[in-house]
Amino acid sequence: MKILVCISHVPDTTSKINFTEGDTKFDTNGVQFVINPNDEFGLTRAMWFKEKQGASVDVVNVGGAETEPTLRKALAIGADKAIRVNAAATDGFFVAKQLAAVVKDGGYDLVIAGRESIDYNGGMVPGMLAELTGANFVNTCIGLEIDGTSATAVREIDGGKETSKTSLPLVIGGQKGLVEETDLRIPNMRGIMMARKKPLNVIDPVDAAKETTAVKFEKPAPRGAVKLVDAGNIDELINLLHNEAKVI
Amino acid sequence: MSVLVYTESDQGKLKKAAFEVASYAKEVANQLGTTVTAVTINADNTAELGNYGVDKILNVSADALKDFNAKAYASTLHQAAAKEDTNVVIISSSADSKTLAPILAVNLNAGYASNVVAAPSSTSPFTVKRTAFTNKAFNMTEINSDVKIIGVSNNAFGLVENEGAAAAEAFSPNLDDSLFGVKVDSVDKVTGKVTIADADVVVSAGRGLKGPENWGMVEELADVLGAATACSKPVSDLGWRPHGEHVGQTGKPVASNLYIAIGISGAIQHLAGINASKVKVVINTDPEAPFFKAADYGVVGDAFEVVPQLIEKLKEFKANNA
Repeated sequence: MKILVCISHVPDTTSKINFTEGDTKFDTNGVQFVINPNDEFGLTRAMWFKEKQGASVDVVNVGGAETEPTLRKALAIGADKAIRVNAAATDGFFVAKQLAAVVKDGGYDLVIAGRESIDYNGGMVPGMLAELTGANFVNTCIGLEIDGTSATAVREIDGGKETSKTSLPLVIGGQKGLVEETDLRIPNMRGIMMARKKPLNVIDPVDAAKETTAVKFEKPAPRGAVKLVDAGNIDELINLLHNEAKVI
Repeated sequence: MSVLVYTESDQGKLKKAAFEVASYAKEVANQLGTTVTAVTINADNTAELGNYGVDKILNVSADALKDFNAKAYASTLHQAAAKEDTNVVIISSSADSKTLAPILAVNLNAGYASNVVAAPSSTSPFTVKRTAFTNKAFNMTEINSDVKIIGVSNNAFGLVENEGAAAAEAFSPNLDDSLFGVKVDSVDKVTGKVTIADADVVVSAGRGLKGPENWGMVEELADVLGAATACSKPVSDLGWRPHGEHVGQTGKPVASNLYIAIGISGAIQHLAGINASKVKVVINTDPEAPFFKAADYGVVGDAFEVVPQLIEKLKEFKANNA
């Protein structure tokens, strides 16, 4: 089984978010970048398939050279090969078209992408990729078993979960639950050393229009100070929620 | 040319979000000087959509669509868009809508903006405000393609009544077998409880509750408020509550009108997940908990004393305001 894991290079979850150039660009100054958490669950599941059932695992990212440490980390975790599509990932449709070209070229059976990246939160790449490549698609995937070319997937739905049967080729939008957080892997020294020798292929993007443009950013308006209510005066809290906030 | 809106139902009943996206579609239609056509799938009673500005309803009734299927639902909307000569499609932010929208975007060669929180600020260029960086910021996005898909965040636009009568007609899409490559085997869904995605009010608790055996009062408070229950990441990691209740950057986002956090300190990842909620109340013993800086109202106190009081006072309030 050939597996491709799509890796987004995103600011660490604890990052403070600021903008530069008249609020048109994300300020990367002092920001630590990591593998998108939803992708990390998918990468770990791919490692499980590789070790338990036999599979090759490639990772891919659409981005500039600055994303290579993130791809090297994925290689250190155990991926066999990395591919970087040399283009700025500014639009979900554009990214999906780049990834579709990689999938078609590589003949992958299973593509694992995170359900969304934690920077732009578009949540569109996995579904677009499935449709562009003609693969089956399961989003918000929290469980996946493969038997030959058959797959059983569990996805999170509003208020519960749903189990479905499908077949390869398959694209999933994965998330927490695909593996437990305690199963996530930290690269060890041997993995880091081996990752240096593994191939990281840089390829040119295919022609694709950008359908959306992020033109400007804003930060939420600063909040007023919290109104503290005495623990012995809960009537006041109810009064504020009813008469001031008007939410009950 | 109409604005097309997909109005979702659950077990035949239109969801509250359906009326919200209809309200949003009406606003877009007003800006473009056109009408609104809604698509429903296996919904029983759709006439009420007329009260939210819908001019025409395409009612789809099909056994093949009994279970959600992303490709088949997207194909249905694609065919409806072609019939109505649509170039703007409005959807909600439910798990299902967010799953079908990217497929529809490929089918229609459309730019898709998800998590949109306000009416378009301009229709030329078509510009919408959406959340980014998991609610730590907003992003003004221009959609450049001829056809546009807008996913509206829950509770962001609200319900706007636009009295009118909608003309309904049956619509039967062609559904090829090739669309059904994913077949639902079983659904495990809690019925009769408000889900986080649909909730106006969310009651959430953290490690301050000390153990899963203490969640009874959280559920009782949620019952009184008609709220959904949620939890912090450590609580779901410890297995006290299911993953589906984990709210935050790697869990579910919450965009409720009221979010009550009990015994949650307020890590940056948790705050990102709930930033889109309008009013936040924090109950915590630690006055230095970071959540107090992000909250509108706070009670410094022991949850085991404050929450039972709050339940009793809310019951009284509801009895007096029934």
